[in-house]
Amino acid sequence: MSRAALLVLADGRFPAGGHAHSGGAEAAVKAGRVTGGASLESFCRGRLHTTGRVSAALAAAAVLGVDPAELDAAADARTPSPALRVAARKLGRQLMRAARATWPSEELDALAREFPKGAHQPVVLGLAARAAGLGALDAAYCAAYESVSGPASATVRLLSLDPFDATGALARLAPELDRVADQAVEAARMVVDEGVDALPAASAPLLEISAEVHAAWPVRLFAS
Amino acid sequence: MHLDHSLDGPAAVSADAHRPDGSHRALRIGLGGPVGSGKTATVAALCRALRDELSLAVVTNDIYTREDAEFLLREAVLPPERITAVETGACPHTAIRDDISANLEAVEDLEDEVGPLDLILVESGGDNLTATFSRGLVDAQIFVIDVAGGDDIPRKGGPGVTTADLLVVNKTDLAPYVGSDLARMAADAKAQRAQLPVVFQSLRTEPGVRDVASWVRAQLAAWTA
Repeated sequence: MSRAALLVLADGRFPAGGHAHSGGAEAAVKAGRVTGGASLESFCRGRLHTTGRVSAALAAAAVLGVDPAELDAAADARTPSPALRVAARKLGRQLMRAARATWPSEELDALAREFPKGAHQPVVLGLAARAAGLGALDAAYCAAYESVSGPASATVRLLSLDPFDATGALARLAPELDRVADQAVEAARMVVDEGVDALPAASAPLLEISAEVHAAWPVRLFAS
Repeated sequence: MHLDHSLDGPAAVSADAHRPDGSHRALRIGLGGPVGSGKTATVAALCRALRDELSLAVVTNDIYTREDAEFLLREAVLPPERITAVETGACPHTAIRDDISANLEAVEDLEDEVGPLDLILVESGGDNLTATFSRGLVDAQIFVIDVAGGDDIPRKGGPGVTTADLLVVNKTDLAPYVGSDLARMAADAKAQRAQLPVVFQSLRTEPGVRDVASWVRAQLAAWTA
């Protein structure tokens, strides 16, 4: 296992399409729920413990060898908003391409054959981590971090927020991120024994509802 | 055996000249340049000039709307299923250079859904003078500037002006009204680009997009040779 591979996979510049998505931040900014550094931190905290927690567990379970098709179906069941399912599969497809080019693997090729239009992004992330020789905890960290780093960088662009404020918010979330990643691996181990119903199903109704509203906007900066 | 396997399922890296089924993929030409220089108008004119002889499709990269795609639809330069809009998250250059995945999907989906195609035009969102396309996304690129944006742009250079396979200086009909010196622009472009071609065009007067269309035909002939 190479720790450096984790840096490659977790790098915000890893070319897998994330830059075009705000993780719900654009809708939250427009609604006046995110207006600066403090409210961005609250938004990210909420997303970390809901979307982030579920994504991290899905990614960790994929690393542990749980069937990707079952995980993909479980992700669907935990994503009520059709717009968010579309976004998750688009991002999954883009990550699949980047990961196959970066860490060629039979498992990723098989996933691409089974899901030519993309599987949920955290599932692909787990298999990408596996192909890179990383472990379940690494994948959980990646997924959990992405759940907050995406909205933070989008908010810098949306609000012209001081970038140091956004990065400070992420740093203050680090201890919670550690806990979410640890819990995700525990959940993933249960999934190996008990099946995908053991995955967490923490939901953020406002993220789901606002994603549907956002998808209908004629003018927007981000795809989701 | 390895060859068979590589043809099974979607290609991982899309600069490959062949599609997963082994067929030759379409030539991809990128059009970039500053906001308002006439990229969409040039795409529309190219579609009108080439659509009867080639199987064509267009990908637009609008920054915050679908206006460019909708302009092309309204002008009916191609059937709607041949025009796809990619969303770029406030960073048009990222989507054509640093992280090309969404654009690669768009070109591949067009080939799957309306192919076989001879040519796909990928239009960038309006950006700055440093915005160029990745070679992983397009086979050749056109950089479109206009005389009203300032006749010092060729002299200033930058990656778009200096390295694009074709530089188009658009709206030459406006030169007398904005005080732009076309001879000076041509001399500066020549100095920046050495042997790389430059076309001066006005889409409002004859011969319109003719020279750019000829250049595209030559690219396509080389691609399919």
